[in-house]
Amino acid sequence: MPSLTLVQSINLALQQEMERDERVVILGEDVGLNGGVFRVTEGLQKRFGPERVVDTPLAESGIMGTAIGLAMAGMRPIPEIQFEGFLGPAYDQLVNHAARYRTRTRGAVTIPLTVRVPVGGGIHAPELHSDSPEAIYAHHPGLKVVMPATPYDAKGLLLSAIRDPDPVVFFEPKRVYRSFREEVPEDDYTIPIGEAKVVNEGTDVTVVTWGATVFECLAAMDKLPEDVSVELIDLRSIYPFDLDAVVNSVQKTGRCVVVHEAPKTAGFGAEIAASIQEHGFLHLKAPVQRVAGFDTVMPYYKLELDYLPDAKRVGEAVQQVLAY
Amino acid sequence: MAQISAKPPTTSRPRRLSAGLPDTTVIGWLRQMVLIREFENRTGQAYQQAKIGGFCHLYTGQEAAVVGTIAATEPDDPIVTAYRDHGHALARGMDPGACMAEMFGKITGCAKGKGGSMHMFDKPHWLFGGHGIVGAQTPLGAGLAFAAKYEYEVLRKPLPNPGVEQGSPAKKKVALCYLGDGALNQGALHEAMNLAGLFGLPVIYVVENNGYSMGTSIARGTTMADDLTKKADAYGITGRTIDGFDVMHLYDEFKPLVDECRAAQRPAFVDLKTYRYLGHSMSDPQKYRTKDEVDQFKAKDSIDRMAHHLMEERRCLPEDAFMAMQKEAKEVVRAALEFAEQSPAPDPATELYSDVLVNPMPGMSPSGEYVRGAKNPLL
Ligand SMILES: Cc1ncc(C[n+]2csc(CCOP(=O)(O)OP(=O)(O)O)c2C)c(N)n1
Ligand SMILES: [Mg+2]
Repeated sequence: MPSLTLVQSINLALQQEMERDERVVILGEDVGLNGGVFRVTEGLQKRFGPERVVDTPLAESGIMGTAIGLAMAGMRPIPEIQFEGFLGPAYDQLVNHAARYRTRTRGAVTIPLTVRVPVGGGIHAPELHSDSPEAIYAHHPGLKVVMPATPYDAKGLLLSAIRDPDPVVFFEPKRVYRSFREEVPEDDYTIPIGEAKVVNEGTDVTVVTWGATVFECLAAMDKLPEDVSVELIDLRSIYPFDLDAVVNSVQKTGRCVVVHEAPKTAGFGAEIAASIQEHGFLHLKAPVQRVAGFDTVMPYYKLELDYLPDAKRVGEAVQQVLAY
Repeated sequence: MAQISAKPPTTSRPRRLSAGLPDTTVIGWLRQMVLIREFENRTGQAYQQAKIGGFCHLYTGQEAAVVGTIAATEPDDPIVTAYRDHGHALARGMDPGACMAEMFGKITGCAKGKGGSMHMFDKPHWLFGGHGIVGAQTPLGAGLAFAAKYEYEVLRKPLPNPGVEQGSPAKKKVALCYLGDGALNQGALHEAMNLAGLFGLPVIYVVENNGYSMGTSIARGTTMADDLTKKADAYGITGRTIDGFDVMHLYDEFKPLVDECRAAQRPAFVDLKTYRYLGHSMSDPQKYRTKDEVDQFKAKDSIDRMAHHLMEERRCLPEDAFMAMQKEAKEVVRAALEFAEQSPAPDPATELYSDVLVNPMPGMSPSGEYVRGAKNPLL
């Protein structure tokens, strides 16, 4: 089994699905000749030709809208948006078209679209290149939103996304792109959208997170006293999210900390906290805590680490809910 | 507001306008170009040494484009540009130290070290950024021009802005909106040009056409790449193609256009041919072009050409004065680096959460001890 980085595993999934399904096409800025800004599509144009790995002009609205048109006609387009901030120009197409056609046509027209988007901070990039907008897209009914944290999950989730009949925003945490390798099967396998992963079983406190902060939470756990037993849940899918996994865990532990990079106010942590009190109120031994980014524009690199939730802040929040 | 048709200008103009300018003026242009070149060289080094973070797009090779166009404007004509913006900041008069410190992420930067390389703002010099989303600055250019026209035609007095004297008469202004050739393909530009054409807004869209949008050559990215003025035709806007390698020629062509747009309060569009010598950003394998091609453009380097012109043809710049000019640029940039280096980083306790809103939610705008301390409701 090859040991791959996140970048390589996504590349492998794309390659295998393009081989399996001739309806799959990739389009985006510099995805062909250059292999994409993060080199995720490296080698694919050589292999599948410029008809299937299409270099487009710098035009996100055009890229997204064209991909939606392709999907309407029965293709399986995978547009790449270079950074999450550039979803801005494409937002209208994604939210006002892709998200709504199933409803608008009462199921007659569906949009099997997978939008690949690097996301999040931690690479010393400025705002627009370090943001975490997952809650914005999760808020729009008709879109599925996923954010794998590991190479293994990325391949399985990407294959699910491409085969899904609905539009999926596939966020790739750029901090993890090349940060480590793990074994990724060459076989075909999928990870269902909407299924969380219990990274670590525990009994005292549930920590829910997704994307790059999974690793901050793991680091926090290393530093906690040995008798503190943390159940760490990697949500993997933001929408639909695995309500059962979260609620079952909190019913067991009675305490929960939600961790994400996005600003705290109206971040997806708010949704998790609200769901927990709706479904597990009487099990709670402490208020649900959120460890998140601040309500500010993602700061330039000197202050980046002050903004991003880190192991220290996660550890403090865990101690706080335990001491409550 | 009055509707102004975008008919081609009829004003006659003298040949070689720049020939009539004082020597000190044109020598000043060379000085600016030399400064920008030196500034970018040292910026690149500082980036390699990890003193600069974020992204960094150097302007090397394009110096004449910004110096020649800004020379044709008044200091209070508003300008707006994309992210390859260090040259614009310097040519507009930003202190090189503030520019460098901004990239170092230091509190003394033009935006307190919060914006970085792509977001150079200098309101007192009428520079409205520095924008990271390609093409997104182009409607802002239309808006700046709209405001200028409104001041002149409707308010009949200037809006209250820094450095504007109360009671002074409103002036006819022209906004310059720079964009790269890649931005030609963004919807925002086409909406903005239509608005500018429709409303008769005094904005000049200056395409700094360096032939590439990251790894995509202009011919692979846009239609009618060999005659971009056709795009302007579609919006009823005067279009020009100007060689951007020779700053004198560029001024000669561009200044009358600025004057016409100012006088008639109408838009224009310029395909300004230029070339970037270095990679798109600091990590660019440049697989999309040959070294030969780069060398061909370097052979017609705008600084060499201008220096030669002033020394050998116009004979207004002795060689030792040119040497002194280069030395001075080195000194200015060295001082800027030192300033940036020695300036403090923003204190997270006060700066992480400042300047988000003037009136944030009560209790939700921690500063000082609140940022990292227990009192922070956001932790
Ligand atoms: C909307 C948007 N899409 C993509 C990018 C990423 N990007 C940054 S610069 C660039 C190329 C722009 O080329 P051009 O407009 O020609 O300007 P130049 O770099 O040549 O100065 C791209 C694709 C971006 N910043 N914004
Ligand atoms: Mg360009």
